[in-house]
Amino acid sequence: MSRTLYDKLVDAHKVCDLPDGDMLIYVDFHIMNEYTSPQAFSGLDTKGLSVWRPEAHLAVVDHVNPTRSNEPHDTASKLLIDNLEANCTKHGIAFYGLGDPRQGIEHVVVPEQGLVVPGMLIACGDSHTTTYGAYGALGFGIGTSEVEHVLATQTLRYKRMKTMRVIVDGETVPGVTAKDIIMKVVQVVGAGGANGFAVEFAGSAIRGLDVAGRMTVCNMAVELGARAALIAADDITKAALKGHAHSGQFAFKGENWMSDPEAVFHKEVTIAGTDIEPLITWGTSPDQSVPITANVPVASDYVSPKVKAALERSLKYMGLTEGQSAKSIEIDTAFIGSCTNSRIEDLREAAKILEGRKVATGVEAIVVPGSAMTRIKAEAEGLRDIFEAAGFEWRPEAGCSMCLAMNDDIAIDGERVASSTNRNFEGRQGRGARTHLMSPAMVAAAAVTGHLADVRDFKQETST
Amino acid sequence: MNKTIKGIAAPLPLSNVDTDVIMPKRFLITITREGLADGTFADLRFESSGQIQPDFVLNKAPWTQANILIVGDNFGCGSSREHAVWGMRQLGIDACIGTGFAGIFYDNARKNGLALPIVSTDTRDRLLQFANNSNGAEVTIDLAARKITTGEISASFEMDDATQTALIRGRDDTLDSLEYADAIHAFEANLDDKMRVSVRK
Repeated sequence: MSRTLYDKLVDAHKVCDLPDGDMLIYVDFHIMNEYTSPQAFSGLDTKGLSVWRPEAHLAVVDHVNPTRSNEPHDTASKLLIDNLEANCTKHGIAFYGLGDPRQGIEHVVVPEQGLVVPGMLIACGDSHTTTYGAYGALGFGIGTSEVEHVLATQTLRYKRMKTMRVIVDGETVPGVTAKDIIMKVVQVVGAGGANGFAVEFAGSAIRGLDVAGRMTVCNMAVELGARAALIAADDITKAALKGHAHSGQFAFKGENWMSDPEAVFHKEVTIAGTDIEPLITWGTSPDQSVPITANVPVASDYVSPKVKAALERSLKYMGLTEGQSAKSIEIDTAFIGSCTNSRIEDLREAAKILEGRKVATGVEAIVVPGSAMTRIKAEAEGLRDIFEAAGFEWRPEAGCSMCLAMNDDIAIDGERVASSTNRNFEGRQGRGARTHLMSPAMVAAAAVTGHLADVRDFKQETST
Repeated sequence: MNKTIKGIAAPLPLSNVDTDVIMPKRFLITITREGLADGTFADLRFESSGQIQPDFVLNKAPWTQANILIVGDNFGCGSSREHAVWGMRQLGIDACIGTGFAGIFYDNARKNGLALPIVSTDTRDRLLQFANNSNGAEVTIDLAARKITTGEISASFEMDDATQTALIRGRDDTLDSLEYADAIHAFEANLDDKMRVSVRK
C-alpha cells in the first residue's frame, strides 16, 4: 500500500489507538519556551506527576527577553525566565537561558544543535514548529495543556489529518526567495485553506532550496492553516546534517522519509515557480499580498460585500489608499529577524543588498540574528560590519523580538514596519502597528530606499 | 460540561480572527492561567485609553450576556497561545459556531471545555443574521445530538468523536493517557537508538 510521507511518520510514532477515536503518538523530542510552559509545569505539580523522560526535552528562552542585553528588561519577563529555569532544574531538563552560547530562537537553535533528523516527531508550544518539516521530520505546535501531556507521558492524543500536496514547479527568477515562494502559497491556498491538512511541499522549486530555505517554507505553512508541513528528505538534507549531530547519536533511520510515488493525497495544488515575483503583504492577514510591482487592491473591484468589507477594514488599519502602488508605501522601520528569516543564509542575502549602501534618512533599521551561534558566525563573516556600515542596529542578543513584540521591541501606533517575519495581524508588532511581510533582502531594499522596493532593481555586488 | 449549551449568541463575522486579537501579547507575561478575562479581545473591547469601545458587539445589549459566538472563517488562527482559550472561558464564552477553526486553537478549546461546532457557510450566515436580530433569543447546542436549534433554524454540526466525548465527559487527558503507560513503555523499548533523543544540558 502506497503511503504519503505524513502517513509514514504518523504510523512510525503511533503507540496505540484510543477508544474515543484518537490515537496516542510518541513525541521523540519536545521543545519549550518561557511563555507557553509555566502552566504546564504547574499542572504537573497540581496532579503530583513527574516528567516521563526528562532528557527528551529542551527549554530555550526566546520570546520575552530583550535583545539589547542579556538582562531581563522588567520584573514580569524576569519571572517567566526564572520560572522556566527553576522548572527545568527541578525536573532535570536541559535549559538554554540568557547568556548561554547555545541560546536563541527555538526553531533556529534546534537545527543548529543537530537536534532534528528525518523521521522524528517534534512538538513544541509554538505554532511555527512546522519548521522541522524541512528535514522530513513531523513537527507541530501544541497548546499548554498538551505541553503538560507530553511532559507527563511523552505522547500526545492525536487525530490523523488529511493530506495536501503543494507542488511548486519551475525555476524561480533571481530575486525570488523561499519567503516569496511560501508567501505565494499562502496567497493561493488562503489563510485557512489548509486547516485540517498536513501539507507536503514538492516540485523543482522546492527541491532546489537549501535546508534554510526549506525551513522558511515549512515555518510559514502554519499561516495557511497547515498543522504539519513536510519536505521529503534527500541528498540536500543529508548534506545539511553532516557534522551537525547532537552528541553524534543521530542518523537517518532505516527508511526513506519521502512519499511513495503512487501515494494519493486528498488535495493537490500546483503553482508555477516561474510566475512568482517578490511579494509584499499589504493587509492584516498573511494571504493579503501582492507582487512588489503591483498595486494594493481596490475594494470596489470586488462584488462580495463580505470580501469588500474585509478589504476596507484591512486598508483602513494599514493606513493605505486603495489602488496605490506597492512601491509608494513608505516605511518607518525595517526589521530583520524571527524564526522565519534570521538564519545566517538570510543575513547573507540582506547583506548583499546593504553592501555599499545606506539606510534611508528617518528609517530605523534593526537586525536580530536568530541565535548566539548565528550572530558569532555572521560577525566572523563580516556581515555585522556591512549591516552597521549601512546604518542597521546589530542586536547582540537573540530572540523573537519585534516579530511578536513580547519583549521591549514594540512598534508604536501607526508605525509602519518592513518585516522579515511571519504575521501581519492587527496589533501583532504593537497596538496599531502596521506590518508588511517580505523576504530579508526585500526588507534591506526597503530600508535603503525608505519605501517598499523591488530587490531586482538593485545591482548586487557580484562576488567571484 | 453539560451535553447542552444554551444562551445568547453574539455575531462576530470577521474572518481570520487570530489569537493575537483574541489575547494580545501584553497579557501573556504570566505564569498562571487566571486573570485573563480583561485581556480577551482587549483591543476590540477597549480604546487604547482604556475606555469601553461602545461599537464592539460584546459591549452592546443583549450581547453583553452572550455565552456563544457566531464567528467568521478560520477563527483562532495564528499563535498556539492557549491563553486565548483560557481568556474566552473566563469571559464566559462556552461555544463558538463557525465554518472552520485553526488546528491548535481547536485542540486547545477541547482541553478547556470550549465547544467549536462546525457548520456550513449557509448555516453560519443564517445564524449570523439571527444573532444580529435576535433581541436576546437563545441558541441551543446539543452536543450529544450534534444539533443547533434556534428560532426557525435547526441544523446539524460537525465535531469529531474524540472532541465530542472530551467535551461531554470533561475528563483530564493527561491522567487518562497515563493509563496507557504500559503501551508507552512497550513503544519505547522498540525505539531505534538513533531516534532516542538525549539533549545535552
